Amino acid sequence: MPAVEGTSEAPREAIIQIRDVVKEFGSLRVLDGVGFDVARGQVTAIVGRSGSGKSTLLRCIAGLETVQAGTITVCGHPVGRPGSAARAQLRRDVGMVFQSYNLFPHLTVERNITLALTLVKKQPREAANAKAAEVLALVGLTDKRLAYPEQLSGGQQQRVAIARSLALSPQVMLFDEVTSALDPELTAEVLAVMEDLARRGMTMITVTHEMGFARRVADLVVFMHQGKVWESGPTDELFAKPKTAEFSQFVSSEL
Amino acid sequence: MIQLNANHLIYLLEAARWTLLLSLIAFVGGSVVGLALALMRVSRIAVVRGAASGYIQLIQGTPLLIILFLSYFGLGIMGYKLVPIVAAGLSLTLYAAAFLGEIWRGCIEAVPRTQWEASDCLGLNRFQQYAYVILPQSVKLAIPPTVGFMVQIVKNTSLASVIGFVELSRAGQIVNNSTFEPFVIFTIVAAIYFALCYPLSLAARALERRSHAGR
Repeated sequence: MPAVEGTSEAPREAIIQIRDVVKEFGSLRVLDGVGFDVARGQVTAIVGRSGSGKSTLLRCIAGLETVQAGTITVCGHPVGRPGSAARAQLRRDVGMVFQSYNLFPHLTVERNITLALTLVKKQPREAANAKAAEVLALVGLTDKRLAYPEQLSGGQQQRVAIARSLALSPQVMLFDEVTSALDPELTAEVLAVMEDLARRGMTMITVTHEMGFARRVADLVVFMHQGKVWESGPTDELFAKPKTAEFSQFVSSEL
Repeated sequence: MIQLNANHLIYLLEAARWTLLLSLIAFVGGSVVGLALALMRVSRIAVVRGAASGYIQLIQGTPLLIILFLSYFGLGIMGYKLVPIVAAGLSLTLYAAAFLGEIWRGCIEAVPRTQWEASDCLGLNRFQQYAYVILPQSVKLAIPPTVGFMVQIVKNTSLASVIGFVELSRAGQIVNNSTFEPFVIFTIVAAIYFALCYPLSLAARALERRSHAGR
């Protein structure tokens, strides 16, 4: 097919569609009709105070929580129930990184990364090891291949967790307050890895308290308040002209 | 009255082999059934959880001695006459399974929920999660209490003497009946029990150290 010149940028495909999502824990409504789209290659920062429902939303996208109403579609597939074909597809499409790293403490860094490659993707051990070396280089931890998680700093553990997700070549990466457990120095090294990923065109949704990071890296900011998307839009616009009092208050309190 | 001699000692040591064998049966049988019970206790199906829980409560609420009576005399009356070693092996298996099942359930549940979530997000199915992520971590937690319970099993095999099974304790009684030197004889019996149990404790400590170093 000949290259078409002069066309403007094609409208970017919405890789994640969130529609009217409601999530309740008992009588507590944590998500109250949440909806937005994420385009391929876009970095979205979900911000908001504690208890605003932002982490819960991320966990719903990852299929770790089931929603009471509404739909979440990732790469054209619904999130699905555990054990369903849709869920298996979701696992291929989405990588998740947690606040508490959640590395497997009984396995080496390398085996943490290759476990899913060999078990889920059925790759031979050599290919999986090669992939592990590749992603470890990406997060700058080549020399920690044979270390156990407890021998690493928090920042290093979190970079391994990112590498572990990346090894599965997901379409989308979800980050759930991944630097909240780290001190500032270690936060910087993890954010640097995430910025690098963003530059490489990875679609990312990150729940974060790092306003500097959100302003610098995110294309889209979603401000959540009381279980709703209170305000959202392109990062620069949103920070320059907050539309709601809640968001401008939030921004000034976080700076 | 017969003087205590070397033959008596040999007789006691030979009986100790039966104690050892009975302990082994109880531990192997108890482990197999106990692992099944532990996995049933953490099942997502309520009926399966309930069945395992009912069994465990029933056995834990019954003295081992009564279980022995039931399986030897009780089944005997009903026409299933078991030889003492089988009745004792069966009773100890049922008994050990209930306790090991409960110990191991605790060890499975002690692995943080986030380990399930992380492995789920990587696409592992439930079997793979158990086999590669959860159980290997549970095993480390399980070693000390499991060995502690093995020591209990060894000592509890002495109850099999009441159904006429000649293990170490029963052999001690028999020797005492002919020599009437209870203090000496039962001290020897106790020493043999100690010799069987102490290495278990040592092994447990060594395993704990090794697993800690390997992390």
